[in-house]
Amino acid sequence: MEGPMVSMDVRHVAGRVAVVDIKGDVTAACEPVLMSAYEEAGGPAAGRLVLNFGGLEYMNSGGIGMLVTLLVRANRQRQQLAAYGLSEHYREIFELTRLDEAITIYDDEASALAGAVT
Amino acid sequence: MTEAVQPDRVRSAEQIELSAREAASGVTPRDAGSWASKVDRLAAPQRAGVRGTNVAGRRLTGPVQGFGKMWQKTYRLTVPGDVTPQQAIATWKAHFPEFWPAGNRFAGALTGISPGDVALLDLAIGGGVKLSTGVFVLYADAESFTLMTPQGHMFAGWITFSSERPPEGTVIQAQVLMRANDPLYELAMTFGGHRKEDVFWAQTLTALGRRLGAAQATVTTRSVCVDSHRQWRHAGNIWHNSMVRSLGQTLATPVTALRRRPSRSG
Repeated sequence: MEGPMVSMDVRHVAGRVAVVDIKGDVTAACEPVLMSAYEEAGGPAAGRLVLNFGGLEYMNSGGIGMLVTLLVRANRQRQQLAAYGLSEHYREIFELTRLDEAITIYDDEASALAGAVT
Repeated sequence: MTEAVQPDRVRSAEQIELSAREAASGVTPRDAGSWASKVDRLAAPQRAGVRGTNVAGRRLTGPVQGFGKMWQKTYRLTVPGDVTPQQAIATWKAHFPEFWPAGNRFAGALTGISPGDVALLDLAIGGGVKLSTGVFVLYADAESFTLMTPQGHMFAGWITFSSERPPEGTVIQAQVLMRANDPLYELAMTFGGHRKEDVFWAQTLTALGRRLGAAQATVTTRSVCVDSHRQWRHAGNIWHNSMVRSLGQTLATPVTALRRRPSRSG
């Protein structure tokens, strides 16, 4: 079986805030990659995790399910989860699945880092 | 008086650039045809053989909007032979209602399972009462499809049906990611509901497996509690509870029928 076609690089930008740059395909198969990125971002010690979907090429329903499990983990640690870089297509999927009610979506990195409402 | 219409939000240069890049590239995302278009509230189609209530006007509910503990339940069955995952999913999509346990009705589109479809359900809950609800086809491709539930359904979440081919044969799988929608359902799930659901999907997979040539295969079930916390802020979901409403609709049926009966003249 082929491995997940995704890379998730972590950048520590300020204090307890980390950005995960997601490139490639987000499916249920990349859960180990996402969880490893979560740990690299600081695990429970991170205060705010920002997902950059600017390099997202494909996502199926398994990928959305995986984001829900990440959300549960973040909520348990009282961490904030944010996202930016979503194209119109993927924004609509977040809205359709109502994931946007739990993961705040921003237009760009600056506002995602600041936690500003756009 | 003229009102100026303002955009919902002012887009940043980065977001505009992202959308422009997407449009200019002319490349449609590979998954574009697999996702349903965005809907705010469901419309209920006319379908024969089901009551068709508790769907129209309802919003979709994911695990984020549910009340109870969050569960991921996975049911798997291995089909020996040469059936490909694509063939397995094509069969499942085309004949979905036929694999359901007796007494339950799934009234979907005649064309099978396609993104954006709404199917109406009548589920046997005992005592001759049918729970009327529905599901929305959130996602469908050649190797998987996902159904999402509306307000009032037993659970808030989705069920993904998929197939893959490890060396030992073709695996067919149903995976539920859910929270009970409200406190009443949570109680029902705790006291027998989960067991009933396990039996439901095991019977469904067994029926599909039989169609695909696996006469003796056994369904494996794995339940993981992803989040043991209950979301009390969503306790108000009980307002939409389709079980309570279906019970009311069942009790009201004779009265409604009498009212609709034409009065005799003379």
